[in-house]
Amino acid sequence: MAIFSVYVVNKAGGLIYQYDNYVPRAEAEKTFSFPLDLVLKVHDEKVVVSFGQRDGIRVGHAVLSINGVDVNGRQTAEGKDIVEYLKEPSNYPVSIRFGRARLSSNEKLMLASMFHSLFAIGSQLSPEVGSSGIEMLETDAFKLHCFQTLTGIKFIVLADPRQSGIDGLLRKIYEIYSDFALKNPFYSLEMPIRCELFDQNLKSSLEIAEKAGTFGPGS
Amino acid sequence: MTVHNLYIFDRNGTCLHYSEWNRKKQAGISKEEEFKLMYGMLFSIRSFVSKMSPLDMKDGFVAYQTSRYKLHYYETPTGMKIIMNTDLGVPSCRDVLHQIYSTLYVEYIVRNPLCVLGEPLQSELFTSRLDSFVRALPFFSVRAA
Repeated sequence: MAIFSVYVVNKAGGLIYQYDNYVPRAEAEKTFSFPLDLVLKVHDEKVVVSFGQRDGIRVGHAVLSINGVDVNGRQTAEGKDIVEYLKEPSNYPVSIRFGRARLSSNEKLMLASMFHSLFAIGSQLSPEVGSSGIEMLETDAFKLHCFQTLTGIKFIVLADPRQSGIDGLLRKIYEIYSDFALKNPFYSLEMPIRCELFDQNLKSSLEIAEKAGTFGPGS
Repeated sequence: MTVHNLYIFDRNGTCLHYSEWNRKKQAGISKEEEFKLMYGMLFSIRSFVSKMSPLDMKDGFVAYQTSRYKLHYYETPTGMKIIMNTDLGVPSCRDVLHQIYSTLYVEYIVRNPLCVLGEPLQSELFTSRLDSFVRALPFFSVRAA
């Protein structure tokens, strides 16, 4: 159905490229009157719902905007603390938009190096001789596919569980990396990839893979 | 197709039960260390997956595979975790793991007044029933060589 995002991790576990191809909208906006019937808490510098689910608002969803203005971490656009702001009856009625918190670039870096270690542990805990690390990680919402090259760079693709043809796509991304990042004289190894041609070619191959692989036999 | 091994952890990370069938390679560390490493990895995978997911999840993490084995994961609402390692040809084992929980663990451990919950399982009846259950699975067969 869809390819969500692509990560490239260097051999030390550092994130050198990330691209969000498709971010599904799982958001709900609602107007509340004074006693807010949801329990909010601050988690990872975000205000998230910790209790109470209603009208598409789920536990774990973060406050994305208040009265149509995007919030900034745990503060409103005017710099007031969200939790304090919502305690004040004079601010009601208030319209709050909830949704899954989008990952910040810091979190993406952290998750990439976290996967790097999980990959290594996966191979250490193998009951069979000569196992690689995690190549495919499956959840009910997405599948993560990982391809590690001989030189240790990992290409990671997050896709819909029904999307097929990801193995081919991972090798294609490796090819694009070799052609447009490595052959670029201004690119230094192990450093973040900032090459326009790499971007363009990656986007077009994601499009092709999405079209070709939709509803294919379960990958 | 074959089953390599099976771990049962409780919600606090204690390994309640471990058994293995066709395991070719040991992790090279003591069993206690291995259980800690396994639980730690699953704990991290769970938090990794919940942060990484672009959508809301229902069951969360289900399985992962490497080039040589596949790890199936099942977690009950009480936080008990059942992990089974098989080879790559085995399809989703969610219902099998659920069956281990509902027909073996609940029957022979929860309903046994002598079994203390939260401590490694001592019950021989459970161990032998689990062994015959796993051996009877359609994908349990020792590969040639």
